[in-house]
Amino acid sequence: MFFLISFYIALAIFAAGTLYKISTWFRFRVGPELDGVTSLTRVFAAFKGILKTLLSRKLFTLVRVFLLDGVLQLRILRESFSRWLMHICIFTGFMLLLLMHALGSIITANLFPQYLSTLNPYWFLRDLFGVLVILGIIIAIYRRFIRKEPYFISNFQDYYAIIIIAVILLSGVLLNGIKITSYTGYQDMVYSYMGMATDEDLDALEAYWVKNYGVVAPHKIKDMDEKTLEMGRQLHDMSCASCHSRPQSAPLSYGTAQLVSPIAKFLDRLPTTTILWHIHYLASLLLLAYLPFSKMFHILTGPASLMANAVMDEKSDPANIATRQALELDACTHCGTCTRNCSMRTVFEAIPNPDIFPSEKISAIKSLSAGKSLDDKEMMNLREGVLLCTNCRRCTVVCPVGINLQDMWFNVREKLFARDDYDFFTLSPFSFYRSLMREQLFGDDASQPAEQAMSAIAKMFPFRKNPEQPVCLTPSDEKVGEKAPDKELSADIKSFSYCFGCEACTTACPVVANYDNAEEALGLMPHQIMHCLALGMRDATLGSGMLWNCLTCYQCQEQCPQGVRITDIFYELKNLAILKVKEEEEEQTPQTKEYA
Amino acid sequence: MDYALFIGCQIPARLQSYEVSARKVLSEALGIGLIDIKEFNCCGYPVRNFDYNAFVLASARNLALAEKEDLDIIALCSCCYGSLKKVEYLLKKDQALKEWANQILDKEGLQYNGTTKARHFLSVFYHDVGIDAIAEKISRPFKDLRIATHYGCHALRPSEVVDFDDPVNPSVFDKLVEVTGAESVSWSMQLECCGAPVSGVNDRLSMDLMEKKIKNAQQADADYLCTACPYCQMQFDTVQSNTRARRGGNHLLPSIIYPQLLGLSMGMDPAELKIEENQIPILPITQFLSG
Repeated sequence: MFFLISFYIALAIFAAGTLYKISTWFRFRVGPELDGVTSLTRVFAAFKGILKTLLSRKLFTLVRVFLLDGVLQLRILRESFSRWLMHICIFTGFMLLLLMHALGSIITANLFPQYLSTLNPYWFLRDLFGVLVILGIIIAIYRRFIRKEPYFISNFQDYYAIIIIAVILLSGVLLNGIKITSYTGYQDMVYSYMGMATDEDLDALEAYWVKNYGVVAPHKIKDMDEKTLEMGRQLHDMSCASCHSRPQSAPLSYGTAQLVSPIAKFLDRLPTTTILWHIHYLASLLLLAYLPFSKMFHILTGPASLMANAVMDEKSDPANIATRQALELDACTHCGTCTRNCSMRTVFEAIPNPDIFPSEKISAIKSLSAGKSLDDKEMMNLREGVLLCTNCRRCTVVCPVGINLQDMWFNVREKLFARDDYDFFTLSPFSFYRSLMREQLFGDDASQPAEQAMSAIAKMFPFRKNPEQPVCLTPSDEKVGEKAPDKELSADIKSFSYCFGCEACTTACPVVANYDNAEEALGLMPHQIMHCLALGMRDATLGSGMLWNCLTCYQCQEQCPQGVRITDIFYELKNLAILKVKEEEEEQTPQTKEYA
Repeated sequence: MDYALFIGCQIPARLQSYEVSARKVLSEALGIGLIDIKEFNCCGYPVRNFDYNAFVLASARNLALAEKEDLDIIALCSCCYGSLKKVEYLLKKDQALKEWANQILDKEGLQYNGTTKARHFLSVFYHDVGIDAIAEKISRPFKDLRIATHYGCHALRPSEVVDFDDPVNPSVFDKLVEVTGAESVSWSMQLECCGAPVSGVNDRLSMDLMEKKIKNAQQADADYLCTACPYCQMQFDTVQSNTRARRGGNHLLPSIIYPQLLGLSMGMDPAELKIEENQIPILPITQFLSG
């Protein structure tokens, strides 16, 4: 009764959870809202897309990807052999245990009418599959906790996955081992299968089982001579052998039995096997019920993501792309392969924002896509995280479940910008990719967020708030280059003092040359910026558009007759401006403000 | 001669033809050993605007990775080259900075002592392989083809750091183009910026600068532009084609990356050089091939 009720409860939770998760794939939105695309349109688009794919030659692609990347997991193998070995051990071992052992009465018994878990080959195979999973777990624990690869971040789901599998396996192995030694268990079998027998018979069988089957008797065995054992063997052959193979053929369980045999008598007096059975059974049900909400859900979503990405491209129906991206969020296993390969990984050492790592961005994107609110800090981290990306595609190329991560970052960026967010990190060559994509996708300008960022900086550092007000020539105390870790940012930074105002820099500048009225468009000219620095008016230069429109082509620096490192100084001023506006931003934004 | 090949971030994602053709001419035709270091990260160029330390660290790690293998780096991207060079220069000059960077790199068992140097791939062609050795491999020289070479700012400047060529009157690229039989035209805006660095920051400015250069090269009767940097190439190819779609104007001036130009003159198959991947078609350049 307990068995059935708890099983059906777990199954019901699993089914409801899966349905809920599937519904989110059609409701949640990673990128900006699409006009006229509702959840219903997405469901229809998905049906249409799937049907069209199944009826086309792409069906073969699906089968190929399912077998190679889903079952054989070649994408993991390409990355690392140890990771592949770990995963394939756990995956194959567990799936085979599920089919042969957990669903034994349904599947195996129907396929093989002779099936009995205590008979070979099943008796042996169960152990073999168990050994595979345990080997996988050992590699997983070694990688995550002992070798501690750099940038390998663990969260609750990662611990949960290892613990739940370990509990199921260890309780199973222990249960099996103790059952071999259990005298009570032995007696139960004798009563059930032995039929009529004399005391002599029983003693002989007992002697035989203690000697050969690992049973630990609570009392001393009377006779262990050859005659008794031979009689025991005959009785065994008659009543037991047809249902029970030798435990030695299940080496893992038999080894466990040998290990626990010194305390087997003690264990047998307690309800040890009942407790272990409950642990084993309930842990398995927990795995099932919690599956849709855990990272183990990737057993379904992983192949789905792999197959969807194999047949979709940027020209696919935007409604389907939206659905695929919501699905991809559930397919991510937080395995960290993306982060290990991320081009920006090293930058984390200087800009310690965990959302720089692809694997860590996902959780914030999950909340954002579900319409949950992020606090300002989380929001800022995510915004910076998606911007600090060179769009090199490495994360996408290596993802074991085939998630198109680069597209995801692009869409999150667009979602944030679509609601008027901006970030100072747009003021960089990172924006090059966005410009290419905007132009190709929408045929419009990508500069808007950068322009917003530029005006925010200009607002904070106005050159002269009031034109009537005289310029204050008192030098500020702060030095240029004070920010660096106990050093000047660049050794040549003070070269601004060599400037004698010849304007060669301004004349050489292709940006200045591009405007009829450059001062109106750009603010201070390069030579004026050098002059301001000489006057100690550093902050006055920080709001100048010249800095952010600088191409860093080094024409000015190359042309300067005085050897002023103009472009390098510009870099320094830009660093400083960003530092200041970021500080100000953190101070000013109330932590309670919500983005939904 | 072995080098660690630094392909950067743009090339593998958006300009694979560059990597493929560079490998073909460097390794297959000229026998240069190209070693891949999978752990290479971004050169730091795009973060330099915000964070000097992140910039230094990014390139320092790349230099350290190559140094561990006892290799010099060959960079295909001028901006990567400029960054690696700048950090190489800074770490040589600034002991405190070097100690700081090495302290962080040490977490991964890395350090940079200054023996590994970054090299621009044009420089390797010119100085290490040599014009004569290249000339021997030219089997189908171009005829009557006029090329406008675009050096790329970060390869040339700041000259005290990059040590590439004469910053005011460079000739390395032109000679490398002329060995293919093409004529390198003289054009006044040759050393100007392509506009890519402010793309997405100020798109109008970026497009203006690109268009001015195109016009100038056309006035010099160039048939093709030739580049040696993915940013410049994408600016002259994808962005030019997008801009024309938006702004209209004169006919397009196609741009070809140097290893493709060289590869064609070495008799390589255009498809193997991924010629067809250009946004603005460059296949017609094969009509200038002799033989």
